[in-house]
Amino acid sequence: MSNFWTTFKGNKGAVVGLVILAIVLLASIFAPMLYTTSPWDMVNMPFMAPGVDSSVPLGTDTLGRDIAAGLAHGAYISLLVGFVSTIVSLCIGIPLGAAAGYFGGWVDDVLMRITEFFQVIPSFAFAIVLVAIFEPSITSMIVAIAVVSWPPVARLLRGEVMSLKHREFIEAAELSGQSGFTIITRQILPNTISPVIVLASMMVATAILTESALSFMGLGDPNVMSWGYIIGAGRTVLQQAWWISFFPGVAILLTVLAFNLIGEGLNDALNPRLAKRRG
Amino acid sequence: MTDPIVRIEKLKIALPEGADRPYAVDRCSFDLFPGKILCVVGESGSGKSMSANALMGLLPEGVHVSDGRIRLGERDLVGLTDEEMRDLRGRRVAMIFQEPLSALNPLMRIEDQIAEVFEAHGLLKPAERKKRAVELLTEVGLPDPARAARAYPHQLSGGQRQRVVIAMALALEPEVLVADEPTTALDVTTQAQILELIRTLQVERNMAVMFITHDFGVVAEIADHVTVMQLGKIVEEGPAATVLSNPQHPYTRKLIDAIPKLRAGRAAAPARETLMEVKGVSKTYRSGGGLFRPVREVHAVKDINLTIGRGETIGIVGESGSGKSSFGRCLVRLQDTDQGQILLGDQDITKAQGKELQELRAKVQMIFQDPYSSLNPRIRVGRTIADGPIAHGTPVDQAMAEADALLERVGLPGAGKRYPHEFSGGQRQRIGIARALALKPQVIVADEAVSALDVSIQAQVLELLDELKRELDLSLVFITHDLRVAAQICDRVMVMQKGECVEIGPGSQVFDNPSHPYTRSLIEAIPGKDWDAEAA
Repeated sequence: MSNFWTTFKGNKGAVVGLVILAIVLLASIFAPMLYTTSPWDMVNMPFMAPGVDSSVPLGTDTLGRDIAAGLAHGAYISLLVGFVSTIVSLCIGIPLGAAAGYFGGWVDDVLMRITEFFQVIPSFAFAIVLVAIFEPSITSMIVAIAVVSWPPVARLLRGEVMSLKHREFIEAAELSGQSGFTIITRQILPNTISPVIVLASMMVATAILTESALSFMGLGDPNVMSWGYIIGAGRTVLQQAWWISFFPGVAILLTVLAFNLIGEGLNDALNPRLAKRRG
Repeated sequence: MTDPIVRIEKLKIALPEGADRPYAVDRCSFDLFPGKILCVVGESGSGKSMSANALMGLLPEGVHVSDGRIRLGERDLVGLTDEEMRDLRGRRVAMIFQEPLSALNPLMRIEDQIAEVFEAHGLLKPAERKKRAVELLTEVGLPDPARAARAYPHQLSGGQRQRVVIAMALALEPEVLVADEPTTALDVTTQAQILELIRTLQVERNMAVMFITHDFGVVAEIADHVTVMQLGKIVEEGPAATVLSNPQHPYTRKLIDAIPKLRAGRAAAPARETLMEVKGVSKTYRSGGGLFRPVREVHAVKDINLTIGRGETIGIVGESGSGKSSFGRCLVRLQDTDQGQILLGDQDITKAQGKELQELRAKVQMIFQDPYSSLNPRIRVGRTIADGPIAHGTPVDQAMAEADALLERVGLPGAGKRYPHEFSGGQRQRIGIARALALKPQVIVADEAVSALDVSIQAQVLELLDELKRELDLSLVFITHDLRVAAQICDRVMVMQKGECVEIGPGSQVFDNPSHPYTRSLIEAIPGKDWDAEAA
């Protein structure tokens, strides 16, 4: 474990990513305390440029709502959707991929054809359709994102399991009378955890982007303030009030960047041989 | 005496911080003379390969020569630039590697790979290069060299590939040839041919050869001079005959003593009741067989009959591809058979399903070859051993306690809480043995269980197996390519060739008086056989 931290810390980008993530996380935790009123409340004049009034440092939007308050409250939604949808898609992809890889044969064929069915549909279009079918809400967004993003997990797991399956320790476990389920959960899955963690950190970033895009299109939960929604709302007045779209855009950029940097760092730390080769 | 072509003086190679010792090679000196073979012998981690790599200027990253000189003629190779070193490599010093398959580019024809050697040094015209390639292949004794030149590496056998690698090394007529375990990956009969080839070429060309090996049999076969290394230091050196017949240093003696002698180790045990019976077992692998491709069939195991008595040790020997491993895997049902029965009592392991198979497998356990992939890196070893009994319904606490007792029995007390990476190869193999014993089996199949180990460790593991076998009255099926090992521990030996059993009988009969020509050729090919007979 100490070794893990040394390698991780050696990657400067990953540390920067971790710092950004910590800031976003703090913002989402303390948002209700910093901005006690709802971010939907009008607090000042509309179209107030940033830095004009110290009570609204990032300016106000078309209806006089505080952008800074929106950002702080939106952080919570972005992280929530990012993490939960990733967990849900791992829950779909890991068992499917592991079963396909371990049992092979027709099980593999059936599961992989299903996976391909999901892979061939452009994922964003598919997500839009799903959200549109359900009532737009946080839950439907999470479900939609999870449903479109599990195939890579299943693919990854299948490959890992197939290569592990022929290792001697798996054969030894088979000989010792352990059931297929025990072998998958106890012997194989712990050995696939590193690439899954790396993939998951990247998936969080993609999920946040998808959530923003959905909200931008007005398919988000109408009751919660999210970064994508603020950009969407400011889009028509981009020339008069650039700051409305600019600040949440930067927030999305930085958060997604943070997760990608962390993913990179995790990859280096968990696959030390690859990292060295990259030099 | 002529002057040495290479003088290595007080060579010190520093390892990166955090390694198990500060120097891979510590103040080692040796000379290479034209027309002589120097064998550098040692176990893994002795620094023998590092010194060869230093001579070639091919040290891995983070490792560097910290002191000493490597003189090639008048030049000191230490501190040469990469470019200067590249020019010397191939032209004056050439190297052959252990694994010929990974030393060749799989996507290039053989002639192109040899031509590349000339190209890299800007020699000859393209047409001449290919002609020279064929000449070289003729010289290293490849049958049908013109065709071999057009072939890709995967179309050649292991021995043929090693000949190609040697041809590449000889292309620029180097004065010094460094051979790093060039025969370790080869079968014993092929090994004998390659050793012969290196010997002949070296005499013809008056080359100096530095031959790195862990096998004293090979040393006895070809060495003029021997250097024995232990943990980066030279512990003994001298003319081959002297070192072999009269080793001075205790480490050298230990290494030589650890080599199993090629004599039946013991009289066959008196026959006892039959425990396991193999009747006409066959296994055929089929591949290909698409719409437009013919089915390719390989008869891995062909109609094998065998009875295994209680407490008996049966050796199965053969070269790679002889089907011995496939047969072993059939015995534990890691492989389904096509025909035949494997009876344990009145139950047939080839037909058993579900619960019955689980029960049967507990009686027939396996010890695997590779100590590095046979243990789950993420599970503590105590738990790995206990997993079997737990799957059979033993309560976890009791299974863990039994695992600890087993670890103590195999000489690793208190090891249960540690992870596999904390153990050496030999220790891991002991853990593998403990795991096989955990289900209290009657038969243990050991598939090349000691081939990956150094010779001194190998002796210890064999001894442990033998003790346990006696103590627990186990039957042992010992699969190996090493006839010496089989001779030492087996009551009966079965020799396999191309999936068939060509000879079976008591060890003394098979080794001292082989009846089948294939068995004779196997015994004939063992390196250092004459020296072995002398010592006997």
